Amino acid sequence: MDRKKLVEFKNVSFQYEEERALVLNQVSFDIYEGEWVAIIGHNGSGKSTIAKLLNGLLMPKDGEIIVDGKKVDDDTVWDIRKDVGMVFQNPDNQFVGATVQDDVAFGMENRGVPREEMRERIQRTLSAVRMQDYLITEPHRLSGGQKQRVAIASVLAIAPKVLILDEATAMLDPTGRKEIMHTVNDIQESEGLSLITITHDLQEIVQADRVIVMNKGQIWEETTPRELFLQRGELREIGLDVPFVGQLTDELRKQGVPLKEAALNHEELLEELWKFNSKM
Amino acid sequence: MEIQFKDVSYIYQENTPFAHKALENISFMVDSGSFVAVIGHTGSGKSTLIQHLNGLSLPSRGEITIGDFRLSADGKPKNIRDLRRKVGVVFQYPEHQLFEETVAKDIAFGPKNFGVTQEEIDHRIEKLLPAVGLPEEILERSPFDLSGGQKRRVAIAGVLAMAPQVLVLDEPTAGLDPRGQREMMDMFYQLHQEQNLTTVLVTHSMEDALAYADKIIILNKGQKYMEGPPLEVFKQADKLQKVQLGIPEVIHFLNQYNERFGTSLNYQYQSMRELAEEIKKQLEVGSHE
Repeated sequence: MDRKKLVEFKNVSFQYEEERALVLNQVSFDIYEGEWVAIIGHNGSGKSTIAKLLNGLLMPKDGEIIVDGKKVDDDTVWDIRKDVGMVFQNPDNQFVGATVQDDVAFGMENRGVPREEMRERIQRTLSAVRMQDYLITEPHRLSGGQKQRVAIASVLAIAPKVLILDEATAMLDPTGRKEIMHTVNDIQESEGLSLITITHDLQEIVQADRVIVMNKGQIWEETTPRELFLQRGELREIGLDVPFVGQLTDELRKQGVPLKEAALNHEELLEELWKFNSKM
Repeated sequence: MEIQFKDVSYIYQENTPFAHKALENISFMVDSGSFVAVIGHTGSGKSTLIQHLNGLSLPSRGEITIGDFRLSADGKPKNIRDLRRKVGVVFQYPEHQLFEETVAKDIAFGPKNFGVTQEEIDHRIEKLLPAVGLPEEILERSPFDLSGGQKRRVAIAGVLAMAPQVLVLDEPTAGLDPRGQREMMDMFYQLHQEQNLTTVLVTHSMEDALAYADKIIILNKGQKYMEGPPLEVFKQADKLQKVQLGIPEVIHFLNQYNERFGTSLNYQYQSMRELAEEIKKQLEVGSHE
């Protein structure tokens, strides 16, 4: 299948100050149209730096970054930001409007979206994040989770080609997290968006098409979630978690229950146990 | 210290058009030395509840007793400074509140304000550093040169340096990676036990509530929705589901397992190995019947 590359990182290195260590060291990867890629790694592994490089908040020291055919540099950065929507962890740093609907409208106004379409998109994206009842609420009256929902709506409203969620759900409760990921996934599929989630949340990782694991500024592994969670010992070594299903599978196998290793969720593990039970 | 809420309500901007009831008739009891998890959605009243624990907010109705302190709508008690010394609150992202030139000065700021002598402060810091997992060399460094996890530990040390009897933690692991989260929670639990603290943890994590709490209080729209030991609360998955809260993954899995195999394997704090043993035994026995 000939898929279109939407994002290319080519030997990208970055450091915050000249005398400091490299935060990213020769990092290369591609992200395709319509793909969901999770980037994971311990704190300080370079994950968030990747996000900031992607929309030109930072510029690489070496190497180049291409977004939808355009090289990210000082001349293209404003174009690139139309294509790359980003939501960060702390919602307080990303509010600009005086009300919720103003905030969602802000990005669209900058991009010259017609008024009628703007209204329609405000309704649609705020409904998608369950904030449709707060159109004229002032941001400071919202809780952290509510603000984050609005931030996500604001970015979705400008219809970017790539959506980056940089630990954007970390401050939400588990249900809110699930709902937002569900919403984002729907929109991703219906609009053919590429989605990059930078996360520690195991459920988010399992849903992705591909996972890039960062360790000490380098790519440690680039694989599917299923393959990744087979490497349980190594994951623990670099400070990451192993999902419950993987832990229980390990223990059962240790005790001689002949399970396939690669159960990714409860249903698959139960199915394996069922087979074992029938064979006894 | 024992904490008791009796019919506590809190109304923001009372007697204005903006009046908003954040807490409504809340009653509960936290035994001295116990570990309580408070769970609820954003907007459920958790943060407002916490602000009552050291008198940052006073109830609009009802009464709170914390040890010998009494808080009600009648106004601040005279000894509110004592209360604030005895109730240490670790707010969300506490590292944002660091400001001193050195780690040592930052940790000392709180106790100094409360009139603790420098000698006693030094003594406390010496004991605290290993407990929060910081090396001694760090004391003379600027807190702003540290990593995120270290900064948070410094901020926590600053709260602990006041030698509180109640420790209130508002989502203390937010933003840390999985290993950092586990280390931080283990640290709090150890402090809780060693220093015989009464701990109130506000969390979204059902897993942490299950692992550490003696009791769970669930808030929904400003009201107390459920209260009880973790295993009792998590038995009521349907009731939790009604307010869009989940249950810990291990319990969820066992529910699905029991449904599929017609068994009744309950979670009783088994280790992963013990669970695997029980499952294996059940499957072997079950298939021969």
